[in-house]
Amino acid sequence: MKARRRPLKNRHRKDHFFQRACQAIASMSALILVVLLSAILIQGIGALNSQFLSSAPDPDPAIAGLYPALMGSLWLLVITLAVALPLGVSAAIILEEFRPRRKSLRRIHAFIQLNITNLSGVPSVVFGILGLTVFVSMFGMFGNEQDPAVEVGATYVDQFYNEGDFILEVPIADSQLAETVPIDGMTVYTYDGKKMELNLVGDDADWPEDAALAQRSLRSWDLPGRNKDRSWYYFRLPFGRGILAGALTLMLVILPIIIIASQEALRAVPSSLREGALGLGATPWQTVSRITLPAALPGILTGAIIAMSRAIGEAAPLLMIAGIVFITRAPSNMMDDFTAMPLQIYNWAGRPQKEFHDLAASGIIVLLSALLMFNAVAVILRNKLQKPLS
Amino acid sequence: MKPSNPLNGPSTGPVVRSASLGASARRFRRWKERGILGMLNGATLFSVFITLAILWVLSVETTNFFAQDEVSVGEFFGTTQWNPLLGAEKHFGIWSLVCGTFLVAGVALLVAVPLGLITAIYLSEYAHPRVRAILKPALEILAGIPTVVYGFFALTLLTPALKVFSDDFGSFNALAAGIAVGILILPIITSLSEDALKAVPQSLRDGASGLGATRFDTSFKVVFPAALSGITSAVILAAARAIGETMIVALAAGSTPKVTMDVRDEIQTMTGFMVQMALGDVSNYGVEYYSMYAVAAMLFLLTLCFTLFGSYIRKRYREVYD
Repeated sequence: MKARRRPLKNRHRKDHFFQRACQAIASMSALILVVLLSAILIQGIGALNSQFLSSAPDPDPAIAGLYPALMGSLWLLVITLAVALPLGVSAAIILEEFRPRRKSLRRIHAFIQLNITNLSGVPSVVFGILGLTVFVSMFGMFGNEQDPAVEVGATYVDQFYNEGDFILEVPIADSQLAETVPIDGMTVYTYDGKKMELNLVGDDADWPEDAALAQRSLRSWDLPGRNKDRSWYYFRLPFGRGILAGALTLMLVILPIIIIASQEALRAVPSSLREGALGLGATPWQTVSRITLPAALPGILTGAIIAMSRAIGEAAPLLMIAGIVFITRAPSNMMDDFTAMPLQIYNWAGRPQKEFHDLAASGIIVLLSALLMFNAVAVILRNKLQKPLS
Repeated sequence: MKPSNPLNGPSTGPVVRSASLGASARRFRRWKERGILGMLNGATLFSVFITLAILWVLSVETTNFFAQDEVSVGEFFGTTQWNPLLGAEKHFGIWSLVCGTFLVAGVALLVAVPLGLITAIYLSEYAHPRVRAILKPALEILAGIPTVVYGFFALTLLTPALKVFSDDFGSFNALAAGIAVGILILPIITSLSEDALKAVPQSLRDGASGLGATRFDTSFKVVFPAALSGITSAVILAAARAIGETMIVALAAGSTPKVTMDVRDEIQTMTGFMVQMALGDVSNYGVEYYSMYAVAAMLFLLTLCFTLFGSYIRKRYREVYD
């Protein structure tokens, strides 16, 4: 009797032991999270203040900040989402709501579905390579960034720097024109755009004493430098290493995520709603646009926010597009050079000095706070908008 | 107000109104619907277009790479020295990059598979709902943390911690990067495996318990084998993710390609090389530049194989219970 009870007891002991081991191991993931977050918090909280958020990166870690990266991430996020959301939701609608009946079309449908699954598994750095070829240089079809084939919203000025340390600008109609030669009486503009008449000082004459006159004076041998002024709608082909190229590349990364999440949201809408609408005589598109899509909206928005969290933290494709550049101001148009929060963090983390590691940790806190905010919004949306549908 | 059909009585709903639309309005609506559907179809085909664009770009530029004088297909696949940037003689042997990639991915899987599977079994078979309520969000947060953060973690926390144990660890090493990648793929393995375990019907567990099995026996002799296809595909998908991971290895693994199994060594992965190329001021046409595309093509093919194999396993070996 005793001999037969022993294995059972052993088995229970094993079960009990395994449960304890499980608890220990499973709590590892929570422990890792706590260690990770607290290490970063301890390291980064010191440098985190309003000055850090509002100033530009600097070789001196004491005054360096995150502002251009913050604005860069914001620009990227808005453009990425504006392109990816319509594309992704459209594809999800076709794949879920307009399933074909014919056999040949069904095969294409299955192929597209498989293709999207595969795209979601492609490493983001490969999308970066694609963006580098397709968006940045456009296969070299349109010249290069310095001499783009198509350019809209750029004005050229010749900039003079006179002896009185004033800047004078002369607008140029065409970038191919020869350098401007100063002529007495020609129209010039000050740096802040005030219109003036040029006063040419003779070669042997003294520099004028009067400040107002000195401001609009030049010598005949003064040489200009050509500058390009870009308006807020500046556009060029190829896109170059600008924000638009970065955002479109991020769009490629998050498109499969949005499609899959939207498909799941549409699938969750009970078919009784669709059948009811169709039974009342609505056309297929009316059914989708007025019944199915509104019912799936909370799920789609949640998916969009998850995709946003992915996009804001994604560094590898942006690194391929933009590289690490030293930028001290926020972007002002869609073709502007940019940096983003993950790039700035990567840059700081890669330096040997400890002060920069602290800055990287501060940047990570900002990035994680943004992510936390997104997730909070997602939870609120899910709770507020989700109505029982069946 | 449109004149309502007297036969229909006063209750004219939207359906009746649309039926009384004029012929031209109806035609307009039909064309509008066709236009909208056409646009939606275009958006759907865009995803296919992306795949085609990847294949096109990678194959064209890889062909350009092999067309250069300094490199041959035999050297690329047959030698183990990768040295495209420095020195008088450039070497293009992909295996040192592949070896680095697999070393990091191997360490990551060694960390994440046992941890992830046991956590998944615990969550699905043992855990009290209150424990679940803590662990699940913790895993979700871990899954949402940007990879550059893990890279920072590996470089500034894991590596110094490893150096305490042994002086042989370099300030860049494969082990720290591998552990960080393991933490990154841990939530993927856990959540996909848990889904697979949850999909095993309750009746199987009840049957096992009824025959006198403990929960341990049930988990390992009944539930785990039944969910094996899902778990295998979870591990394969996680491996694909580990191979393609970029920022962690770019920060923590170093930039010296070599064939080694020593995790204390500095190595370079395929993704790490691509980042190095993107950061350097390399001209747009040299053989070094094209080598980036050849490495990207290799990486793309590897991850594609893993992803396809993972979905194949899940479909082919799925145990179906009714």
